[in-house]
Amino acid sequence: MSKRFEIRFSGAGGQGLITAGIILAEAATIIEGKHAVQSQSYGPEARGGASKSEVIISDSPIDYPKATVVDACLAMTQESADKYANGIKKGGVLLIDSDFVKNEPKGDFKVYKMPIMRTAKDVVGREIVANVVALGAMIALTDAVSREAGLKAVLSRVPEAFIELNRKAYAQGFEDMKKILG
Amino acid sequence: MAKKVALMQGNEACAHGALYAGCKFFGGYPITPSTEVSEVLSKELPKIGGKFIQMEDEIAAMASVIGASLTGDKCLTASSGPGISLKQELIGYACIAEVPCVIISVMRGGPSTGMPTGPGQSDVMQAKWGTHGDHAAIALAPASVQEIFTETVRAFNLAEKYRMPVQVVYDEIVGHMRERIEFPEPGEIEVIDRAKPSVPPAQYKPYDTSFGDVPPLAAFGTEYRYHVTGLNKAPDGFPTTKAEYVDAEERRQVRKVDGEVGRAGIELNDEYLTDDAEIIIFAYGSTSRSARYAVNELRKEGMKVGLFRPITLWPFPEKRIAALGKQVKAIVVPEMNLGQMNLEVERVVKGACPVLHLGRVDGEPINPGQIMDKVKEVK
Amino acid sequence: MAYDYEKYLRPGKLPHIWCPGCGHGIAMKGLIRAIDTCGLEKNNTAIVSGIGCASRLPGYMDFCTLHTAHGRAAAFATGIKMARPEMDVIVVGGDGDGTAIGGNHFIHACRRNINMTYIILNNSIYGMTGGQFSPCTPTGAMASTTPYGNPDPTFDISKLAIGAGATFVARTTSFHAAQIDKLIAEGIKHKGMSIIEILDDCPTTYGRRNKFRSVIDMMKRLKDIAVPVAAAGKMTAEQLEGKILTGVLYKEENKPEYCEQYAKLIAKAKGA
Repeated sequence: MSKRFEIRFSGAGGQGLITAGIILAEAATIIEGKHAVQSQSYGPEARGGASKSEVIISDSPIDYPKATVVDACLAMTQESADKYANGIKKGGVLLIDSDFVKNEPKGDFKVYKMPIMRTAKDVVGREIVANVVALGAMIALTDAVSREAGLKAVLSRVPEAFIELNRKAYAQGFEDMKKILG
Repeated sequence: MAKKVALMQGNEACAHGALYAGCKFFGGYPITPSTEVSEVLSKELPKIGGKFIQMEDEIAAMASVIGASLTGDKCLTASSGPGISLKQELIGYACIAEVPCVIISVMRGGPSTGMPTGPGQSDVMQAKWGTHGDHAAIALAPASVQEIFTETVRAFNLAEKYRMPVQVVYDEIVGHMRERIEFPEPGEIEVIDRAKPSVPPAQYKPYDTSFGDVPPLAAFGTEYRYHVTGLNKAPDGFPTTKAEYVDAEERRQVRKVDGEVGRAGIELNDEYLTDDAEIIIFAYGSTSRSARYAVNELRKEGMKVGLFRPITLWPFPEKRIAALGKQVKAIVVPEMNLGQMNLEVERVVKGACPVLHLGRVDGEPINPGQIMDKVKEVK
Repeated sequence: MAYDYEKYLRPGKLPHIWCPGCGHGIAMKGLIRAIDTCGLEKNNTAIVSGIGCASRLPGYMDFCTLHTAHGRAAAFATGIKMARPEMDVIVVGGDGDGTAIGGNHFIHACRRNINMTYIILNNSIYGMTGGQFSPCTPTGAMASTTPYGNPDPTFDISKLAIGAGATFVARTTSFHAAQIDKLIAEGIKHKGMSIIEILDDCPTTYGRRNKFRSVIDMMKRLKDIAVPVAAAGKMTAEQLEGKILTGVLYKEENKPEYCEQYAKLIAKAKGA
């Protein structure tokens, strides 16, 4: 059977993680022509709480639309790390926002740390693009889609006035992760 | 020219399917997890001169849809369990008065308010028996974003062809997940429009069975003036308590769907590796996707397992399930409820093989591993 | 000269189901005269009702008629009017149908100010089911479900309609037959939601339980309690005790009509 790659974005409601998942799925399916399913689960709150967005990418049609064993997981908050890092497969990867996730989840997976919110605020200039910084970093970390496809999907979703900001956020996340990977 | 493609939610695809089918009127009321259907249509319908109205409650939404449909428009409403419960009164009205309309039921956990943001499949019996009295039901159960589009189009076609309410029932997972969709070109999928009366206005009767089991429905606002009521009625549409009319009308309204001719135009199933199967998994909606995954895994282990996926849930695929019951060792029915469609499978199989139910109602989907474990319980 | 009512009635559908002494027939004749005055076309007019004695009225009328479910007439009618704003839409129903089970639809139809005419026949009782109390049964009155007298306060339908946003509200009684068609005609001509409340009587289920010896007595009561709006201005509070105001109670021309608003929305959406 064909390879199925599962990515989970988790954090607090309002951090744009569902959008990050949608962008990744668009990059995979609309731009790269693979199969992708994006799904999410959320609580009653529109802001706060723990939120997750999952993307399954495959080169053949996807049956089960939810994660089975997660290949790569992002956790932006401690709550989401505690709640959602459990499903990562052996040898998988976890990216955490090191300013917010102090208790690192333990398991048979490799943990990568980046100050994602801080990077968005201080380096890129706006906290609101933290999800795009995280997306850039996750794409660099996983090769789930090409750098170009990811960028194209990001830019197709944002209004004209925010194109440069998002381009910068995506590049920053991608480059920072490449440095970590060495 | 390449087809237009998009990554989109099931609920959004539903709204686009409705537009493709020629929907001109939407009456709704906000409820999770179906709201995206109305959000898209509130934007798109006015662009084509269609009407979107958010009514004061679910009952009113259903009423507005029936009223608008009587003027000849193709009409839609969308809701979820608690809202569908409220609509039942007028779903029954649309059944007896024979007014075409489409109802989207996006299933969450229940009963009552239950789990609004979690998936469920516990409203499939509601789609059949929700309203009181004997009546036929058509319910379609798509399992992917693309299929929600095509089944919504088919729901409109069946509503118009059979002159009755048709439900499209799918769980929150397929309603909210995003997948690639290819938009069919106009004309690529069949779109059926309402049959017009062939007799002059003076001779028109809205329930004239000389035209078969589905008499043509004239539109209000034309020269065809007629009466519509929720009471039992004679062929001319006026209330009656005459036994022969009441009996004939009730039987016809059930027969037009459940009779052999009716069924033939409605039933639609998807079978996967059933030819040589010794065990069949009967699954619909998002659960069928877990089941297909499980079938592939179990086949790798050498087990002859197949998937029967009803796309038309109601009328129930009686003949085919009865035949499969005689072919296989067992039928496994996973569904996100505590036992609903398995009762239909049992009823139809009549003991020819064991029927094993796998229910999950904790707000999480049934995963392939659970189905594989259940299949392995078969002796 | 006898008025030609039959022109608007369906042949073969009479006699109606209403009891001798019921006011609904008087109201139906008033409606027919109003329709004739306004020149409404049969093919272009929908008459919609709910459930109850009053709601049987559309079945007798030779128009596009829709006898819906209990309380839901205004919501069905809204669907028709939204889909076909060019059609004239008239709703007919009773007090229980319109203000109890249908109360939500009634107030929201008023709020939207959608262009239709709602004739509410208020006989202050659920007649068809045998005389149970309605939101309009007077406090203390006897009904089949108030064996100790009605404990409930009542709705003032016209005030309810005004409060909810209807832009034409009028009231009369079945005694004032000549006023019925005038008010309905004015309501039909008004652009927006028009409510015409017609107080009438149910001798069978209300009168006999409440010590009215005859239909004449009930009619006399309607005559006695009615005070034209113009006359009421010159009367004291004591004089108005137990009276009801009749005539045009409220009229407002400036509130936008719903279908016209939606037509503007369509233009905006098409331009976008």
